[in-house]
Amino acid sequence: MEYLGQYKAVYKAKAGCEDILSKAQDGGIVTAMFAYALETGIIDGAIVAGPGEEAYKPEPMIATTVDELLAARGTKYSISPNMALIKEATRSYGLDKIGIVGTPCQIQAVRKAQLYPIGMRDVPDKIALALGIFCMENFPYQGLYQMVEDHCATKIDNVTKMDIGKGKFSVYTERGVNAQIPLKVTHKYEQPGCHVCLDYVANLADISTGSVGTPDGWSTVFVRSAAGEAAFNKAVDAGWIIAESMDGVKPGLELVTKLATEKITKNQKYIEHRAHAEHEALKPLRNPYI
Amino acid sequence: MGLFDKFKSLLFGKGDVSEGTQDEKPVASKQEPVASKQEEPVSAKHEAPVTKAEPADMKVEQKPIIQKPKEEKPVADKITVGHVHMSGCTGCLVSLADNYEGLLTILDKYADLVYCLTLADVRHIPEMDVALVEGSVCLNDECSMEEILETRERAKIVVALGGCACYGNTTRFCRGGQQNQPQHEAFLPIGDLIKVDVYIPACAPTPQQIRNVCLMAYLLLKGNDEQKALATAYLTPLMNLAAAGTEACGCDLMTEVINQGLCCGCGSCAAACTVRAITMQYGRPQVERDLCIKCGACYAQCPRSFFSFDVCGQYESITNLIGEVMKP
Repeated sequence: MEYLGQYKAVYKAKAGCEDILSKAQDGGIVTAMFAYALETGIIDGAIVAGPGEEAYKPEPMIATTVDELLAARGTKYSISPNMALIKEATRSYGLDKIGIVGTPCQIQAVRKAQLYPIGMRDVPDKIALALGIFCMENFPYQGLYQMVEDHCATKIDNVTKMDIGKGKFSVYTERGVNAQIPLKVTHKYEQPGCHVCLDYVANLADISTGSVGTPDGWSTVFVRSAAGEAAFNKAVDAGWIIAESMDGVKPGLELVTKLATEKITKNQKYIEHRAHAEHEALKPLRNPYI
Repeated sequence: MGLFDKFKSLLFGKGDVSEGTQDEKPVASKQEPVASKQEEPVSAKHEAPVTKAEPADMKVEQKPIIQKPKEEKPVADKITVGHVHMSGCTGCLVSLADNYEGLLTILDKYADLVYCLTLADVRHIPEMDVALVEGSVCLNDECSMEEILETRERAKIVVALGGCACYGNTTRFCRGGQQNQPQHEAFLPIGDLIKVDVYIPACAPTPQQIRNVCLMAYLLLKGNDEQKALATAYLTPLMNLAAAGTEACGCDLMTEVINQGLCCGCGSCAAACTVRAITMQYGRPQVERDLCIKCGACYAQCPRSFFSFDVCGQYESITNLIGEVMKP
């Protein structure tokens, strides 16, 4: 289970609330979990990727109401430095129990901040719920812009949803599917730092969720930590989340495992390549993993 | 969870012993002549100097008198820790104290504070397991030069506590010319003068990070093999930082992370920066270098400076473990 991390349970799940689902990327798990956690006091605020000044340019924000959470629905395939707010959440926002959603690297950053809080006073004890999203790679905003405007020939302001799945990057507008490009075309726009990432399904999150493995409108959910398990089970009992067994679900865990293995193997190779062991004349590049 | 239970049992297997001896401490102390003036080691440490201070203040002989009880004290299961104050602001020590009752737990169970000019009346640097050294060293102050050398000679583990000791921090900007020692102009991080084992960067370092290092040093020196392995795994990145050098700046984010193709845009650096010199622009840190005080927090906190899957992968069990052992 190395590629999928440690987990207590895995589900096919979606939000129990239509309002959340209406603009959710998949099953609305992150929004529903945070909304439930806010309502019940598991958290008193959540760091989410809110809407920024430019279309589809995410801006980290601290949501303390369900309305603010709803505004942050949907995947923005660009960088949202959510960790930048983690200390401020304990300061001017005065939060005691912080929720944070992030890609695998951001969840790694959360855990590092908890165990090695070097410039993060009071942060370690105040992380209440870290939700991780599956992530194959991310794009700088200009890369995303070019993918949408140039390759998909679509005005980014008109886009209502973007999606990566089945080997395609798809852009939807209000009139329906507008454009699709093969993922191959997008590779050059990937954030270089993503190529050393060894985590696909946010192994260190309390709960991680993503679209791969389950049908449209549903999410694959790994429940990992004790805190994650407690919160998730309560959210299911309260009807905020509908969770079903992954048994017999169509692409299922097999596909998740396959993609995780592909990502990690490819990036591991790249890290080895950076060591330049085969070229005496080349100095090794820095390897952050020890 | 299995892992946590394992660590827990390991530690409390050990802990039973240490708590046991601790309870027995007053009894055990009767074996020694020391017992006459101390019931309980920690308070004794404070009392002894205080009661002796007035008559013995002038005497250099005071030093062995203070040291003797310490050596003979039944502290076999505690480590000895000292706080050495070089050219620092005491903020690092305040950070240690900001563990609140956690500090008392550490002093009760895991460590004796054998030297700390701010808190105790031990005048000279004694032998100690761990020296928490705060501040940089003024080359133009002979006494400081001697003290940093003595610290190295008398401490098993030297920890550079805080940005000044690690990287110079604000004292990097010192250049003399002020009353009444205008010649006091050259300051170096302690690692430029002695070998340093562990870094705790940032200005101020966090209470939680200092606590973690103290606990891990305890496990390293007093634990069984498995505990030593955990402590080593935990401390290794901080030892690597110490080995890597004495220079730090917001520029490290450029030279060591972005330029190396490693930045993932998470924003940890921006959160870690004490002086808000870092903002995130289009997913990358933008450092206002004239604001930067060269404390080293941003780079050290970056998940792409160092990241240990072994340690961070066990965040849950290690966090629970720390929570357990910090119970009073």
